[in-house]
Amino acid sequence: MQTPAPFDYERATSVEEAIASLQRLGPEARVIAGGHSLLPMMKLRLAHPEYLVDINDLAELAYIAEDGDEIVIGALTRHVELLKSELLAERLPIFRDAEQVIADPVVRNRGTIGGSLCQADAAEDLSAVCTALKAKVVIRGAEGERTVGIEDFHVGPYMTAVRDGELLTEVRIPVRPGAGSAHEKVERRAGDWAIAAASAAIWVDGGKIADAGIGLAAVGPTTVHLARAEEVLRGKAPSEDLFAEAGVVATEDCSPSADGRGPVDYKRHLAGVLTTRALRRAAARALHQEA
Amino acid sequence: MATTENLPTAEAERPIGFGRLKRKEDARFIRGQGTYLDDIRLPGMVHGAMLRSPYAHARILSIDTSRALAHPNVAAVITAKDLETLGLAWMPTISYDTQAVLAGDKVRFQGQEVAFVIATDEYSANDALQLIEVDYEPLPAVVNARKALDPDAPVIRDDKAGQRDNLASPLWEAGDKESTDRAFAEADTVVTRDIIYPRCHPAPLETCGIIADFNPATGQLDIYNGNQAPHAHRTVYAHVAGLAEHMIRIRCQDIGGGFGNKVPVYPGYVCAIAGSIVAGVPVKWVENRTENLTSTGFARDYVMRSEMCAKDGRITGLRVNVIADHGAFDSTAQPTKFPAGFFHIVCGSYDLQASHVQVKAVYTNKAPGGVAYRCSFRITEAVYLVERMVDALALEMKVDPIELRLRSFIAPAQFPYETTTGWTYDSGNYAATMQVAMDLAGYNELRREQAEKRARGELMGIGVSFFTEGVGAGPRKHMDILGLSMNDGADLRVHPSGKAVVSISAQTQGQGHETTFAQIVAEELGIPPEDVEVRHGDTDRSPYGLGTYGSRSTPVSGAAVAVVSRKVRDKARQIAATMLETRPEDLAWEKGRWYVKGDPEKGALIEEIAARAYSGEELPEGFEGGLDAQVIYDPPNLTYPYGAYIAVVDVDPDTGHVKVRRFIAVDDCGVRINPMIVDGQIHGGLAEGIGIALMELLSFDEEGNCLNSSFMDYLIPTALECPDFELGETVTPCPHHPLGAKGVGESPNVGSPPAIVNAVIDALHETHGVEHIDMPCTPARVWAAMQGRPEPPQ
Repeated sequence: MQTPAPFDYERATSVEEAIASLQRLGPEARVIAGGHSLLPMMKLRLAHPEYLVDINDLAELAYIAEDGDEIVIGALTRHVELLKSELLAERLPIFRDAEQVIADPVVRNRGTIGGSLCQADAAEDLSAVCTALKAKVVIRGAEGERTVGIEDFHVGPYMTAVRDGELLTEVRIPVRPGAGSAHEKVERRAGDWAIAAASAAIWVDGGKIADAGIGLAAVGPTTVHLARAEEVLRGKAPSEDLFAEAGVVATEDCSPSADGRGPVDYKRHLAGVLTTRALRRAAARALHQEA
Repeated sequence: MATTENLPTAEAERPIGFGRLKRKEDARFIRGQGTYLDDIRLPGMVHGAMLRSPYAHARILSIDTSRALAHPNVAAVITAKDLETLGLAWMPTISYDTQAVLAGDKVRFQGQEVAFVIATDEYSANDALQLIEVDYEPLPAVVNARKALDPDAPVIRDDKAGQRDNLASPLWEAGDKESTDRAFAEADTVVTRDIIYPRCHPAPLETCGIIADFNPATGQLDIYNGNQAPHAHRTVYAHVAGLAEHMIRIRCQDIGGGFGNKVPVYPGYVCAIAGSIVAGVPVKWVENRTENLTSTGFARDYVMRSEMCAKDGRITGLRVNVIADHGAFDSTAQPTKFPAGFFHIVCGSYDLQASHVQVKAVYTNKAPGGVAYRCSFRITEAVYLVERMVDALALEMKVDPIELRLRSFIAPAQFPYETTTGWTYDSGNYAATMQVAMDLAGYNELRREQAEKRARGELMGIGVSFFTEGVGAGPRKHMDILGLSMNDGADLRVHPSGKAVVSISAQTQGQGHETTFAQIVAEELGIPPEDVEVRHGDTDRSPYGLGTYGSRSTPVSGAAVAVVSRKVRDKARQIAATMLETRPEDLAWEKGRWYVKGDPEKGALIEEIAARAYSGEELPEGFEGGLDAQVIYDPPNLTYPYGAYIAVVDVDPDTGHVKVRRFIAVDDCGVRINPMIVDGQIHGGLAEGIGIALMELLSFDEEGNCLNSSFMDYLIPTALECPDFELGETVTPCPHHPLGAKGVGESPNVGSPPAIVNAVIDALHETHGVEHIDMPCTPARVWAAMQGRPEPPQ
């Protein structure tokens, strides 16, 4: 049987208590929520935290709601809730696209959006989704809260802006008119990590693309933000040629590495194909033309 | 004909005998009430964990276990040195090679067993593994089978006297070279292909494990171990450990899948036994997923070059050269006189003029194994090769692949048919089965749809395979394993109440034996299947036999049960004659009852006869009483099931992603005892075939590091990759099996990968010029082939 090395465990009853524990225990402590990334790594003895702070009882962190011109999602919201949410399906359909292809029902029943973002695996879908949607995340520590743009949240492979003694508590997504969004993924098998995935959002105003957001998964050391492709799209009318042009930028601006899922040239190719497809679908949704 | 509907069996429709009967064992499985090895906890039990080599090839300079021994919960640490004193450092394999139980001189594959820790709990045992210090001197590794015989290749098996290269066994041949050369010289079309059946793994959901419980006071060794051949294991332990065979009892509880992975004896088993003998307490060892994938019996790894030829529109000849990669030790599991298993059935379902097969086996710095995963002793590799070659030939001849098969099939009148490699196929009507598959698929309509889609830039492929298997090893005069004949015993006892217990040596791993074998007794004695208890999985309570693999349960043990039931029925006839005051020859049989010919009202039911058999009343002259019998069944030949499979795939033109949209499987396995169980076996095997064709691969880097050591990297298919399987059947009874049945468990795994790969190539050939693609057809590998640069799997 696969067994983890010895560790200590605390179960937090409030956000304040969780943060106090993390402050007290220091860098050897890890937050555990769904546990579907951390526990396998511990059992393979690739991760050796000395302490686990369990936040599964913090029901106050599980919600999906509208708050002014933002949709807010609590960090402990499970994948299955993101998948089922009618609010998200209507306003941000990219979430349902992504959640249908994230892992399997067992993982989706436990895994959380906060855990997915904090794991900061480059192949993780929700980081690309949040990049496309230009989300902000709320991080709380002993000194209070700070809000960080998703751009500044992922600082490297498996590294985020969350510091020791801090907890990610919320994801805030700005809601703007004329929006359409979509997620496209190619995987070797249902539930596998992406060979490559593309998240795209566009905001159409008066027949022109007012703004666009594109995030790619699994084609760089961390989530790839396609700023140059977004620039190509801004101010232009949506069209097949334009999306193909953005796709070409995607093939150029990603930096995949070869692994069991595929070689570099294939992943670059996929980044382009999937960017084009995601934009096509996002535009159809924005223009209410989806087949 | 189609059996796609899977209607629940109504209570009233429960068959007495053969038919669609819900599996008896499922009541406990679906409630989570099965008992698997890890559910068993014995008093005083301690736990083992295995230290494994991080290197594929390295000399062991020293092993320091002192820090591990200082762990407060550690009872013992066993190394090769300790085993040497017990004479257990090396053990024989099924293929007359030797395998290190724990590495002493060198490690020869990554994941090889180096030291065994025994501790009070498994957490401590695993913690202590990290306290053992091994000093290794890394050596260059041999990873690629094609380079294993290069003159400068490091010699892996320098432990074997006289071994100067990496040849694992001498060149093995079947068929005839000269007549094959002649067939090729006379041919009008020849195709050549390099084809790899890559290394994959059976990956049963329950990994391997054991509890060894040696009682120093009595000398009795109790073993709990989910394996596929408990009697053979007991004999092996008696030989390996020098223990008295009658003092060993092996109990196989419920087994969470075997697929050939649970045939061999693994070093962990021997260590746990040695540990229990030394410690005098029960020792449990259960491997983890990584250990299962990286050290236990893998499957396939055949590197093949083949030529096939045709003359006047039909297939005439076949040449095959194989390099078999056995890994570091030759522990391939097959009948001993067949070092390449049954691979030489590669002449397939075709009436060939000649064929010639050569197999060379090599050692590499990879885990040992090779014959596993529902492979019917390498028939998977054979069928894959021949069915790929037929398609390649059809492409070259510009003829429909089904048409070429139909032209080249062995005709019904030719059976029994002697193949060019020495098999005697028992029965078949191949064209009829092919036709059923074409009708189910709507083959001509599919070809029209494909043409329309192609015109729109969509890629759709239709792939066919037609397989013939030889299963049910086997006849005593031809087949044995380590000198043990491949015969199976059966023991049937009908109790005074008319309820029966049948003991068998076959060992279910989920195949439904408790139902199927009860149905055989029910059919033969005419009593309800629920009145028949099937006893197996305990060497103390079942007759000797060689276990379940190679689709042999129904062909061998099933026949044994039929024969023993008929013996009991004949005995019942004698008793009935006495009861009815007539002669046995004046009695006639109907299900469950002997009656007087010409006076059908006058008769005796089996339960009445059973009651009489144990009573104080008069019995036939010289009759000892009781109603029981036992047999050992020696099959006169293998059984030869066959089938026609058609796969329909869609390939994404931009990403190379393959979706199996439809799968039509028409199997002829002779008489079906429980068609529902047969359907279930086929569903499972087809899912595995999709996995093998599309995603399953054990690959290695140049240093011999295994790149697929968990289910994150070794992918097994899910329901989402499987279409609703469309099944059909034809029934050509086996002429020599007492029930007319043939084996079926492995057919779907054997037959499906070539259909899928043929379909992928069919989708890509016309538009992208793809002539061959090796498995697995992952999106990346298919896309590479579409770009004109297909690559063999690494």
